[in-house]
Amino acid sequence: MTTMLNRRGFLKVTALAGGGMLVATYIDPVTGLFAQGPQGPQASFVPNAFVKITADNVVTIISKNPEIGQGIKTALPMIIAEELGVPWERVRIEQADLDQTKYGPQNAGGSTATPINWDPLRRVGASLRAMFVAAAAQEWGVPAADLRTTGNASVTHLASNRTATYGQLAARAATMTPPDMATVPLKAPADYTIIGQHKGGVDNAAIVTGKPTFGIDLTLPNMLWAVYEKSPVFGGKVATENLAHIRTLPGVRHAFVVEGTSDTRGLMPGIAIVADSWWQAQSARRQLKVTWNDIPATAGQGSKLWAQRAQELKAEKPAFPLRVDGNADQALAGAARVVEASYDYPFLSHAPLEPQNATAWYRDGKMEIWAPTQTPQAGRQLVSTALGIPQENITIHIQRAGGGFGRRLTNDYMGEACAIARQIGVPVKVLWTREDDMKHDHYRPGGFHHLKAGVDASGALVAWKNHFISYGDNARGVQGFTNSGNINGVEFPARFVPNFDFQATLLPLGVPTGALRAPRSHAFSWVFQSFLDELADAAGKDPIEFRLAILSGQAMPPPAEGADGFDASRMRGVLELIREKSGWGTRRLAPGRALGVGFQYSHRGYFANVAEVSVDRNNAVTVHKVWVAGDIGSQIVNMSAATNQGQGAVIEGMSHLMNWEITVDGGKVVQSNFHQYQPTRMNQAPPEIEVHFLKTSNPPTGLGEPALPPTLPAIANAIAKATGKRVRTLPLSKAGYRWA
Amino acid sequence: MPYTLTVNGQTKTVDVPGDMPLLWVVRDVLNLKGTKFGCGIGQCGACTVHLRGRAVRSCQTPVSMAANATITTIEGLSPDGTHPLQVAWQEIDVPQCGYCQAGQIMSAAALLQTTPKPNEDDIDRAMSGNVCRCGTYLRIKEAIQKAASMPPRPIQTAQR
Repeated sequence: MTTMLNRRGFLKVTALAGGGMLVATYIDPVTGLFAQGPQGPQASFVPNAFVKITADNVVTIISKNPEIGQGIKTALPMIIAEELGVPWERVRIEQADLDQTKYGPQNAGGSTATPINWDPLRRVGASLRAMFVAAAAQEWGVPAADLRTTGNASVTHLASNRTATYGQLAARAATMTPPDMATVPLKAPADYTIIGQHKGGVDNAAIVTGKPTFGIDLTLPNMLWAVYEKSPVFGGKVATENLAHIRTLPGVRHAFVVEGTSDTRGLMPGIAIVADSWWQAQSARRQLKVTWNDIPATAGQGSKLWAQRAQELKAEKPAFPLRVDGNADQALAGAARVVEASYDYPFLSHAPLEPQNATAWYRDGKMEIWAPTQTPQAGRQLVSTALGIPQENITIHIQRAGGGFGRRLTNDYMGEACAIARQIGVPVKVLWTREDDMKHDHYRPGGFHHLKAGVDASGALVAWKNHFISYGDNARGVQGFTNSGNINGVEFPARFVPNFDFQATLLPLGVPTGALRAPRSHAFSWVFQSFLDELADAAGKDPIEFRLAILSGQAMPPPAEGADGFDASRMRGVLELIREKSGWGTRRLAPGRALGVGFQYSHRGYFANVAEVSVDRNNAVTVHKVWVAGDIGSQIVNMSAATNQGQGAVIEGMSHLMNWEITVDGGKVVQSNFHQYQPTRMNQAPPEIEVHFLKTSNPPTGLGEPALPPTLPAIANAIAKATGKRVRTLPLSKAGYRWA
Repeated sequence: MPYTLTVNGQTKTVDVPGDMPLLWVVRDVLNLKGTKFGCGIGQCGACTVHLRGRAVRSCQTPVSMAANATITTIEGLSPDGTHPLQVAWQEIDVPQCGYCQAGQIMSAAALLQTTPKPNEDDIDRAMSGNVCRCGTYLRIKEAIQKAASMPPRPIQTAQR
């Protein structure tokens, strides 16, 4: 049965054998949330939830999005369960395969799942609940208004002391006319018993007992294992090889060249070695002798050259403007104090702990894939394009991912598995080494900012110039940035400085780049919020007061297009909250300690962090405590996951700040493994990270990304305060700093 | 050549090259997938198992070194997932992506065997070889302390 409700939504109800029901719901977001966001509204009438209730009163909710550690497999079902009125413990979660016709968008990225699903999923739950009430009313011949649901997956008629479970009512409920989903009454937040509580991740039991849970764990009968060797210079093709020898090695079943494509974020040329076990394939690989036809322009590139060019460009005219207001040069000439500084940050690797892998099986013209991925549909497209297999002949089973951080937004490893599977016709798993991953990432691009800004005699910020040097093709202007190397011209402090001159120049790049958690924002936050502290110093102002003054100033209107939705009052809110929570300016600090602050707006979230830091004579840095304040709207869905994300974002930000750097030499990445790319470790993490949420009357938005960026400037500003020295190049380890 | 191992209480004979890391023997020969591959050079701790009761990085342990020894993996920490660490990990909701957590738990279990009431420094020392890329360290610490406050329990090997 399909019931059309209104132009906004409908339900598809299917009665199940044995008295249960399966409901697919189609509803558009009701709020105007996306009018102000960078992402457009989703396509109409794609279903956003599947719920199954069987006669034995078991409620199963299909989780459609990839789980990468952000907790979506728990959070979205919590929203439905709350309004449906079922005990959380009774809900079972099943991971959906890729089927965007059936489920709508199935991605993990951009902190979008909560804002997209918050409103519709509540309406899904509430509509279903109303149908169970209507079914009970019909069965008992009583008015629906006399019936109650108490969150126990049942309907009660108090007057006659009758109760029926949803399972008992399911067969009848499947025949009810659903309510108007756009106007169905929703619970008052004060009545929530699931949303806003601390709920553990739904896969926790499997994780702590070591059950096969991740893509790497999946095996198929008769499955072979593969390694895939690519040119260390990106895009190089195989020139010579010794595969005749490789084929004689123990366990090796196949060894062949894969032509690949010219897409450096897709299926790259390489050599596949397929063996009975991964260890045999990898052991054979150590005897591989291969030379590559590298692309000369790419092979000549490197970090030293880029840094040298960026320095030279300081004196040159930028290639194109990003935003210009007033007259910055004139205002600088009249400023009471002028500060000039150059900041730069390196390329970064994502380094999710589960190495890239994918399992594929090609038979009868069809490709079946099992893979951890943040964008399964993009993976299907990649495989279809690279191998010429029609999309409808490609099936993808989404596997839980051992971290994403943006690396699995691209599916190159999926392409490799499929290229091999098509050739050998039996199931095969491609598994990368850590070295493969670090040397063939799609890196967070580095960048250089030549900044000059001035304050007037009252300490107000009156002028700001920035020549941003990133990577890409100057001829294409703002369209020419490399993936994730771009910046929006309205990025703060744009619109809040009357004389603002923001221009860019791009350096040619042969290294593939991509989004890393809170893309762009983490780097800009470190640069701009550090420089703001330098300006506050020049103005003789307290760093928080200085920021509040800018945020309270008259803002220029956002552009008609490309507006970022930044609301200065919300940022003031989290700054004021973090000032209070951290005891900023009111608390006596232990000797040698200093506080630093930073804020960032990203992915619709407003975050301000304060760090308490000390630095010893040998530049060993201790982060004693970090306070995080976020405004992501009126409601946190899962408090446990939200706090965990907030703390984890701080710890990841510390890795960016102190140790992480990918350098390129002769077109090749230098670093190969964690010994050269140290993540923050337990003994370096602050013993306390307090996460506070400022609830405002805004729709709930995502959290995976926006909590990260302010960590970098907060700690950097505290270090500068403690030492009196400002470091303007990341990572700090290059300037002799280390964690204590 | 054949090696005899006692894995989670069961005697197994595997016919593999002596330099094959215990990690791959456990994962792909014995099909115990709980022990994870993260770096292959002993830097991340995702592959931590107990060899003769001590936490080792199985990616750096040739199977020849484990011959005739007792080995415990995450699957053998308790018969039913009720080792105090497994309970505490769930109560505190430690995991984000979860990939490193088996290795974290095995390092923590070895710590509690020798130091039933660890202080914060003990925990830092025992655990800083285990990377959590998601940054769940504060909860890991909290969970270890919580488990240490529960009635101690020797590792009861699962039968599998």
